[in-house]
Amino acid sequence: MSFTVERGDALMLTGANGSGKTTLLRCLATALKPDHGRATWEGVDLWTDRAACRPKLSLYSHASALWEDLSGPENLRIWAQLGGYAPNIEARLDEVGLELRHEPVRTYSAGMRRRLALARSLLKEPELLLLDEPFAALDPDGRALVVDIANKRRASGTTLIIATHLPDEAAAVCDKRIHLEAGRAVAVP
Amino acid sequence: MIARIIKQTFQVAYKDLLIEWRSPQRVSGLFFFALVLVILVAFTADASPGVLKKTAGGALWLGLLLASARSLDLSYAIETDNDALSGMVRWPVHPAAMFYGKALANTAVLTLVGMALTPMVVVMYNAPVQGSWLQLAAVLVLGGAALAAPGTFYALLTTRARASSVLLPLLLFPLVVPALVAASRATALLMDGDAMGEAGSWLSLLLAFDLLHWSLDGLFFGLIVEER
Repeated sequence: MSFTVERGDALMLTGANGSGKTTLLRCLATALKPDHGRATWEGVDLWTDRAACRPKLSLYSHASALWEDLSGPENLRIWAQLGGYAPNIEARLDEVGLELRHEPVRTYSAGMRRRLALARSLLKEPELLLLDEPFAALDPDGRALVVDIANKRRASGTTLIIATHLPDEAAAVCDKRIHLEAGRAVAVP
Repeated sequence: MIARIIKQTFQVAYKDLLIEWRSPQRVSGLFFFALVLVILVAFTADASPGVLKKTAGGALWLGLLLASARSLDLSYAIETDNDALSGMVRWPVHPAAMFYGKALANTAVLTLVGMALTPMVVVMYNAPVQGSWLQLAAVLVLGGAALAAPGTFYALLTTRARASSVLLPLLLFPLVVPALVAASRATALLMDGDAMGEAGSWLSLLLAFDLLHWSLDGLFFGLIVEER
């Protein structure tokens, strides 16, 4: 598979379970070392120069990277401090439609966790935002919110790659699509 | 760069300690686990008061050693629940900061459990501390650090293994034998008055063990955290 995404583009990855969407996103997010091939971001190899690339990338996936015993604001504050990013906790929570709650994350519903995880992935102000099944576990309002956030980010120059089983929702953001089958790009069915 | 690593180290340690503070049942569970072991040893030894007193240092460190395996396992459970560890690698948090932050927090937890356990041991084993309390505190801190550094390293290695709670003691316990011997001997000597001033040499051995592991484990942590 070979593809290029321009700055500010939004690419949709579709395919059945096990087709390789998440693996591809994890390789791009430098969470997995590719067995073969290479991926570059603005000419820089993502894996070999991952230290330089990581601050520019953000992956939002079902693995929320949240600490269950801490509250949502505490999670965001600590992640912001660790990365040296401006916390803007209230603004971040407002952006994803969450209220300022001081209960631990383990008391949150699945949808609230997803929203909080999205807020966390936006802390970095990433140049490349990788969204793995961003509509999963969200109600219709939540899905509309993700579309809205993605469109706003795209308008401000963020590049988006969205892996999804819900192409209709993602189509409101993306103008390019790659369909995967067994790790290979095929024509959209 | 170094200033950033130091800052991240304290942020990771703060985060781990905040989580411990928010779930005090974890530390109290460790304390009671170690306490039960200390009580069991005291009652099963069925020794004369003099002999019991001599085993006090060993019993304290046996309790702490077994509690440390659980403590270290838990310190990674909070990271693997939602894959926060992988998130930190990609954030990016420097691997050295992740290691030293977690090792510092683990040292603090083990030292706290050791400090709470010591008065119990003193009472149950009729072993009042006749040496320097300051030196005993140093033994607890350095001994906790001696368990925490290799423990933080090996707990990461075993965190994804199917039987991590079994594998960790298998890897860790043989490695920390020199530190345990030094900590037990120093504790026993301080409880016995340390008439010959030998505790200092055991403390030096403990310090050397700490220096070795806090430097080497920190160096190699980056390799394994990336390849998990």
